[in-house]
Amino acid sequence: MSAPLPVFVAIPLVTAFVLPALGARFKSLATFLANLATIALLVLAVMSVGHPQVYQVGAWSIPLGINLVLDGLSSLMLLAVAVVSAAAMLFSVRYTEQYTAKTKYLSLFLLMVAGMNGVVLSGDIFNLYVFLEIASIASYALVGFGCEHEELEASFKYMVLGSIASAFILFGIALVYGNTGSLNMAYIAKAIQELGMNPGLAFALSLFVAGFGLKAALVPFHAWLPDAHPSAPAPISAMLSGVLIKALGVYALSRLIFNVFGVSVPVSWVLIALGVLSMVIGVFLAVGQWDFKRLLAYHSISQMGYVVLGIGIGALILARQGNPLWASLAILGGLFHLANHAVFKSLLFLTSGSVEMATGTRQLKQMGGLIERMPYTRASCAIASAAIAGVPPFNGFWSKMILVVAAVQARLYVLAAVTVLVSLVTLLSFLKVQRYVFLGELPESLQNTRENKGSMLWAMAFLAALCLFMSLLVLVPSLRNLILQPAVDTLLAGVGYSATIVKL
Amino acid sequence: MLYALCFLLFMIGLYCAVVKKNMVKIVIGIMVMEYAVNLLLIMLGYRLGGTAPILGGADADGVTKVVAAQFLATVVDPLPQALVLTSIVISLGSLALMISICIRTYAKYGTFDITEIRRLRG
Amino acid sequence: MKGMTVIVKTVSSWVKMLIFLFGIYIILFGHLSPGGGFAGGVILASSYVLLMLAFGRELVERNLPLPLASRLDCLGAFLFALLAILGLIVGGVFFVNFLYQKYLPGSTFHLVSGGTIPLSNIVIVLKVGASLFLVIFMLSRFRYDSKGPAEKLASDPTIGAKE
Repeated sequence: MSAPLPVFVAIPLVTAFVLPALGARFKSLATFLANLATIALLVLAVMSVGHPQVYQVGAWSIPLGINLVLDGLSSLMLLAVAVVSAAAMLFSVRYTEQYTAKTKYLSLFLLMVAGMNGVVLSGDIFNLYVFLEIASIASYALVGFGCEHEELEASFKYMVLGSIASAFILFGIALVYGNTGSLNMAYIAKAIQELGMNPGLAFALSLFVAGFGLKAALVPFHAWLPDAHPSAPAPISAMLSGVLIKALGVYALSRLIFNVFGVSVPVSWVLIALGVLSMVIGVFLAVGQWDFKRLLAYHSISQMGYVVLGIGIGALILARQGNPLWASLAILGGLFHLANHAVFKSLLFLTSGSVEMATGTRQLKQMGGLIERMPYTRASCAIASAAIAGVPPFNGFWSKMILVVAAVQARLYVLAAVTVLVSLVTLLSFLKVQRYVFLGELPESLQNTRENKGSMLWAMAFLAALCLFMSLLVLVPSLRNLILQPAVDTLLAGVGYSATIVKL
Repeated sequence: MLYALCFLLFMIGLYCAVVKKNMVKIVIGIMVMEYAVNLLLIMLGYRLGGTAPILGGADADGVTKVVAAQFLATVVDPLPQALVLTSIVISLGSLALMISICIRTYAKYGTFDITEIRRLRG
Repeated sequence: MKGMTVIVKTVSSWVKMLIFLFGIYIILFGHLSPGGGFAGGVILASSYVLLMLAFGRELVERNLPLPLASRLDCLGAFLFALLAILGLIVGGVFFVNFLYQKYLPGSTFHLVSGGTIPLSNIVIVLKVGASLFLVIFMLSRFRYDSKGPAEKLASDPTIGAKE
């Protein structure tokens, strides 16, 4: 049994609107309700795996009304959003005690989750834009939540660039509507098959690549991420880096390119170029950073490059009508890396938040020797660093290996070599983090630090356990066919998506 | 041709958002961009010599859903107008947030000039 | 905040009820003529803004205190979600127009028609009017004079940690 699809949007929205009415006297009740909402979303997301459905809101039939679609790719993203938001909400129970407006924080957080769920479930291109805006505006407010100098500056930069991207996306939607006459993604796909690609649609596609590429922080459009992610409170950094840039950026881009517009060789080369640039530039800028969270933010750019590279290689093989087995492998690597990155990057940001709350600083040169005072944080950080660097039993290794194999099979040997090189440099920068933060001498200013207790440790332990067990998702065939393979098949079906929607 | 003018307005807004140094002028540039896209959306629905898509008493046939074919042939497309309503509401929320961040930034830094608000670098 | 001259105060105290009434007309006839929830909410909020400009902020705050506006805001959004969920419970599909289908179809071109659409217009007005009023009120609270900006904000005790 799976829940009707609108509950994924309705539960966080209703909770977000009830919370501010509770006011400041009922803070613990508000926190309890918010955590209940995210855990309920996690349970519902797990229950709805493997039950694809199309839901027509308001009982209006498809071209007239808005429909919500749950297929393989949507349920993978829904699971990722639910897991990371449950962990981040659990972490923020203790972390947000330092802010004075806790109920507003909780309701903005839930609005962001509702927006992301709506983007992932939407079957209509304008509905996707509306939920994208809900999530983006909530995240602009959350980045500047502390209202200090740097946070406001970072929030302004993020907001200007994000609004320009949203204007590009709306322009693209207007052009698509003008050319095809419908807003439903299945109908647009059919119309584009009949019309072919005229200059208006090609311009709309390039506007979409620019707009969604900025939301996903790919390299020419990445300038907001290194300022916005460090300045946000730690659980919000985990959400932004873990799921927002994926659900709003990579998911929307791949849905539009594969299922609506159809793959073609120039578009897939653009994706591959964006992916390679992001990987290389992100990691080389990350190695030289001395601020813990800024280093993690640059690594987010580089890992997003991995995901887009995998999807781009799959698109190239499909466009050249090559062997669909290798296309499936490349897309599997990209999507699995997306899910892995959601888990280990959010765990890294949560550990950095734990370190910041205990020591009061983010600069690597001022920390050291924290291994004796904060053993649990150190263990979580070590697990997450091993996962992101691609050390064998953790999940990062498998997804990177699949990507390298797929690149070799597509005869792009230089890209495979670049992927391995970037992975080595990632390992280097995380060894730097481990040495400066946890090993070495404990300076006198930090003699009084103590391990954080309570919900923060539970959240980190949950994500660390997932880091280990997620490698089973790709090794055990039954789990792979349940969660990952339907997602890959949705993208591989390409414009056949429209046939399944109208039939279901 | 009119669509090209809409695009020109969009580019003017983009120029303003990219080149100007005052924070409030950047916000105004973003608003001009969003107005240009709303204008494009409304113009897409226009039909030469069309009328407003409002059913009067003489056009429809009571409660049934039979609408005179002549009404459908002359009326402009109402769907872009609904899209523009939604888009205006979203721009309003975004503008309110942008202005309040500008005000708070002025309180902290004492200036609206973005070349002086540069603590985050590297 | 000081108000304006006597002429402005007198005229606006007559005109404010007209604006409010016009806003209510646009809301109630939203399913028959252009307008609806959002436009009506903006007009209602602007009648309060006119009062704020003519008489000063304190009088408006006595008339519609901020916690009440905040509660109306949340109530509006909650009732809208309740209407959608009632569609799920009564009609079987989320957001369906259950009044039109089952209980109260009314007759076209009359005020009582269109099912839940007039109800959702009224609920949207609560949310939009209250939140727009709150936004403009809070934005107008930040004021600077010859003292440096940071001290002025710090010395104003009514500003909390609000975005």
